[in-house]
Amino acid sequence: MNALIPPLLALVLSPLLLGVINRTKARFAGRRGQPVLQLYFDLAKLLRKGAVYSRTTTWVFRAGPMVGLAAALTAILLVPLGALPAPLAFGGDLVLFAYLLGLMRFFTVLAALDTGSSFEGMGASREVLFSALAEPALLLGLAALARRADSLSLSGIMAAVSPVAWGTGGVVLALVTAALMVVLLAENARIPVDDPNTHLELTMIHEVMVLDHSGPDLAMILYGAALKLWVMSALLAGLIVPLRSGKVWLDAAGTLGGLLIVAVLIGIVESSMARLRLLRVPQLLVAAGALAALALILVLR
Amino acid sequence: MILALLLVPLLAGLAAFALRPDKLRRAVLVLAAAAHAALTAGAWTRPTMADGSWLALDATGLLFLSITSFLFLATALYAVGYLARENRDARPEMEESFLFSNVPEAVFTGCLLLFLAAMTLVCVSQHFGLLWVAVEATTLASAPLIFFHRHHRSLEATWKYLLICSVGIALALLGNFLLALAAHPGNAELPLTLGALVEHATQLQAPWLKAAFIFLLVGYGTKMGLAPLHTWLPDAHSESPSVISALLSGALLNCAFVGILRALQVCAAAGWAAFGQELLLGFGLLSMTVAAVFILGQADYKRMLAYSSVEHMGILALGVGLGGAGALGAMLHAVNHSLTKAMLFLVAGNILATYRTKSTTEVRGVTRALPVSGALWVAGLFAIAGSPPFGLFLSEFTILKAALDQGRPVVAVVYLVLLAAIFIGMATIMLRMAQGEPSSKSVRENGWAVAPPLLLGGAALVLGLYVPPALSHLLQQAAQTFGGL
Amino acid sequence: MNTDLLLILVALTNLRVLGSSRLGACIRTTAVQGVLLGLLPLLVNPLTFHTLVLAAGSVALKGIVFPWLLFRALREAEVQREVEPFVGYNLSLLLGVAAIGVAVWVSRQLPLPGAAPSSLIAPVALFSILAGLLVIISRRKAVSQVLGFLILENGIYTFGVGLVRETSFLVELGVLLDVFVGVFVMGITIFHINREFDHIDTDQLSTLRDWRR
Repeated sequence: MNALIPPLLALVLSPLLLGVINRTKARFAGRRGQPVLQLYFDLAKLLRKGAVYSRTTTWVFRAGPMVGLAAALTAILLVPLGALPAPLAFGGDLVLFAYLLGLMRFFTVLAALDTGSSFEGMGASREVLFSALAEPALLLGLAALARRADSLSLSGIMAAVSPVAWGTGGVVLALVTAALMVVLLAENARIPVDDPNTHLELTMIHEVMVLDHSGPDLAMILYGAALKLWVMSALLAGLIVPLRSGKVWLDAAGTLGGLLIVAVLIGIVESSMARLRLLRVPQLLVAAGALAALALILVLR
Repeated sequence: MILALLLVPLLAGLAAFALRPDKLRRAVLVLAAAAHAALTAGAWTRPTMADGSWLALDATGLLFLSITSFLFLATALYAVGYLARENRDARPEMEESFLFSNVPEAVFTGCLLLFLAAMTLVCVSQHFGLLWVAVEATTLASAPLIFFHRHHRSLEATWKYLLICSVGIALALLGNFLLALAAHPGNAELPLTLGALVEHATQLQAPWLKAAFIFLLVGYGTKMGLAPLHTWLPDAHSESPSVISALLSGALLNCAFVGILRALQVCAAAGWAAFGQELLLGFGLLSMTVAAVFILGQADYKRMLAYSSVEHMGILALGVGLGGAGALGAMLHAVNHSLTKAMLFLVAGNILATYRTKSTTEVRGVTRALPVSGALWVAGLFAIAGSPPFGLFLSEFTILKAALDQGRPVVAVVYLVLLAAIFIGMATIMLRMAQGEPSSKSVRENGWAVAPPLLLGGAALVLGLYVPPALSHLLQQAAQTFGGL
Repeated sequence: MNTDLLLILVALTNLRVLGSSRLGACIRTTAVQGVLLGLLPLLVNPLTFHTLVLAAGSVALKGIVFPWLLFRALREAEVQREVEPFVGYNLSLLLGVAAIGVAVWVSRQLPLPGAAPSSLIAPVALFSILAGLLVIISRRKAVSQVLGFLILENGIYTFGVGLVRETSFLVELGVLLDVFVGVFVMGITIFHINREFDHIDTDQLSTLRDWRR
């Protein structure tokens, strides 16, 4: 029963994470900001609407959001919430996790290309470039953690994080945390890689790819994106809150607190930094990869 | 005694920075050079032994100190005439005719004397750390000298010299640290002095010792101009004033070689002589090959002389690499090469001052325009190429014989082919310059400008005909320390 | 602060220099590296007068004097960033990571003395040496090349302080003095390069070569 807690929490609470980020940004900007539950309202509204499909699109365009959401839903089954293990945990699930994210991105890109719009093609090419650079950082970081924990499963990795582990191998954990933070920002289209609120298609990356989706399709995309943010934040939260008390509710609350910290952190980053020039983004991602590689080398030593 | 050797140029150098009158400053330069030479000559009369102290004059040190000191005396005399001739206001550059001016003469003279002090320290230091400090000091003291003519080409040469040599020397520092690691047999600590390391050589840890030798070889080899680390050398030699080129080629490169010899000495004592010798052999042949390639068809005669220095450093490495009689030949070769090359650079300076170009194709008829310098130029060609009766013939032949005696015909053949190629390359260029209708008016030659090269050339000739017993004894002593006869 | 953490910070400063185009940031990063390395003797050696002087001298030179000299050169040259290096920043970073790998691999082959204060000393020292060489060959600006030299020197210093116990006091001072004069002379040369060429791009320093056409 306890195994179902992480995915259930993800299903219910993931849109809230975006609400927290937006609230943080609003507070920093001196605004009151939209309601914390705004994404829930948006989803409900979109689900009631119908979808419009361009005549030039094919089944790929319609399949994109569904496959994306399906991949995200599978991913939440693999990700533990701090000490709470995931319902699906087996050796090598971290590779499956990385490639589920990859599948999600792949279909979003395909759907974007299927529209034949030049803007969406541009966004797709950027997305692919950046994720190609972010993926090594993610995998190297996870590999470093896996080597540390001597387990190829995300749940095993998270179980091995503890205050003691931070004391002895804190440097490695800190390096991986930093690398994963950058990957999270890049994968979820946050500042400084991408600006989710931009209104200029030329500068968009993720947003521009989903311009043509509407109604329930858009709802699936938004919900899928929220789940993706949740799973990656959950990994980070598991790292930065090394609470392993053995009491289910205490651990769950601790990790939820960690998620809250991550969300606020993203909000602070978004408020304090400007979006990087597109040319500089690869540098940031390569730097993240370098940190993760350094961590891996330190663990392998 | 050793302290006096160090202090004379050091104090004179500091004084030269402060002295205002030119005549007085030049007198200080010559007096300091003479005093230094006299002190060095005095050192020959005492038996020299390497003991545990940091500063001592052993055979190798004394040999290279004598070369340095003698060469410095000759170049100091030449410098007096040179500085008097140099126009000190801004003037048009001779090849590209833009305006430039010199580094102030006080700075030049001061750095020259500090350069001597640093080179002396290289020769007398028995401690590997101190040796490193001294070699790096020679780089720093000589950088302003290369930049004497303040224009963009000399600046380029200075920058390359500073950066490449500093990086090389930094690697030599790593070699020192590796040597210190090698000197940790068990719990005992050995000081990094030559005496202590040689005495306890069998206790040194072999892997670290080998690594240390490689880094010291690469580091000091950069400074010595062994290919492929020689790239700074042609630039620095061609752009610095000829006095400085002579000192760089004849004295500085040898000083870097001392660093390598010290490392080899420890290796040899530890029973790893063959390892170091093979490396030196390879570097030696490579340097000769690179020099041969670049000498053929060289368009700038000072660069040609610089590549010839690369060649002769290669021969030194080759001789020491062969060991036995080859090491002895290499020691003799160091002496002869320094004398001959310094003479050639000084003569090149005279040619440059008259013809105002460094191009090998534009200079014709040196023997007629400048009778004494022209004769020295032709004699220098035969001397540097190793023809009898000059000293280089003797040393090159000794090295060849060593290669043959040790049953290394391939090395001997490659060595001969390269020597022949270089001889052809240099002869083509130098004879063409010497003969023909003079492309410049003939000038009355200044005594200050021809006496020092005559002195050096005479010494090279005498050494070809007769090696004094004291010198040959010293050469043998020096060669013995790193696996010579 | 433990030695491992300090050494990893040193490695990170190397990566930062490899990946940054702003010369000012690079100089500051090198200064941070200098201060960190200046503290190294205090961590690995017993606290004696010798250690204190060495640490103070290193911090003063590597952390304050060198950055000051370089900033002065930078101000005179009026340049802010490295333009079009021979090797791009991303590639430099990747090469840097590869260099870490090489450094760790080489260090594992070495029969290091058992009493080394940290198993990271040799890898980080080698990495700094490689990173310094990489900066020297891949950048155009004279200031960057001096920075590369300093990083190289720092790597060798790390090796010396960390692994070689008893080096002589006088020699250490001599080394520091030499490096100081070296950087000072290089600074003067940069000043002249700037005056002569109106910039400090060293790829313009290519008049001298063989076989001119």
